[in-house]
Amino acid sequence: MSEFFAMGGYGAYIWGAYGVTFALLALEVIFLLKRKREAKA
Amino acid sequence: MIWRNVPAAAGLFAVLYTSGMTAQSIRWFWFASPHTFFPLAGRIAGVAATLAAVFAAAGLYVGFFVAPTDAQQGEVYRIIFIHVPAAWMSMFIYVVMAFWSAIGLALQTRLSAMMARALAPTGALFTFIALWTGSLWGKPTWGTWWVWDARLTSELILLFLYFGFMALTASIDDRRRADRAGALLAIVGVVNVPIIYYSVKWWNTLHQGASVSFTQAPSMAATMLTGMLLMALAFWMYSIAVAMVRVRCEILEAER
Repeated sequence: MSEFFAMGGYGAYIWGAYGVTFALLALEVIFLLKRKREAKA
Repeated sequence: MIWRNVPAAAGLFAVLYTSGMTAQSIRWFWFASPHTFFPLAGRIAGVAATLAAVFAAAGLYVGFFVAPTDAQQGEVYRIIFIHVPAAWMSMFIYVVMAFWSAIGLALQTRLSAMMARALAPTGALFTFIALWTGSLWGKPTWGTWWVWDARLTSELILLFLYFGFMALTASIDDRRRADRAGALLAIVGVVNVPIIYYSVKWWNTLHQGASVSFTQAPSMAATMLTGMLLMALAFWMYSIAVAMVRVRCEILEAER
């Protein structure tokens, strides 16, 4: 398991890339749903 | 003077006549009305969001558990599963945005400008993701976070074009003027997209050439390619879902 997260020593780069990508996509969805709620209200 | 009204009446008749004709012969115009498009956009968003989740799960599984370790780069190459699809989306969304801008300028359809506005933030997001993931790949592989080569620089210009479009359309109060200014910017900026795409051919860039192109067989292992294409489909569906929800917000906000 820890071997998987280590990614052959490149863990920081890979999880930094994937983490930021999916965090940003999630943030976009959250902000968009908030905007939708406000637009409907 | 009744004479003065004759040309105006003739003009009005001509407009009514031709618009009636096009509405009959081209059904597409029916959906050009924000009001009729609203429920359709909601259905598209639901389907696209579901597909995005399915493709992302499959893509991540293939990318991390099926695709082998790269012989030269080791594990770090797995960043390309999001880097390449994000870069594709960043360019493609811009072209679609410019397309709707052009339609909006030519036909004065309100929905076209709303589509362009709905696409811009997602396009900017994918442009940033392409730059961010590229940087994290570049450090261990090239030994640098950033170089001012043609590919990276033109992709950065794309990010500024998205920001420029969003700032311009947001800063002009009159909606029609804002949309027209934004459309002009989007259309002029579209020349940057082929520059990004061909930059690795036209200039001697540190960035490598395309591994997947329209003209040649892909130069990568089949499972790697599968993972990348699944993530591309996921990002594609995500973009459609988000753009459809945002265009619904635009429609609601415009009717206030």
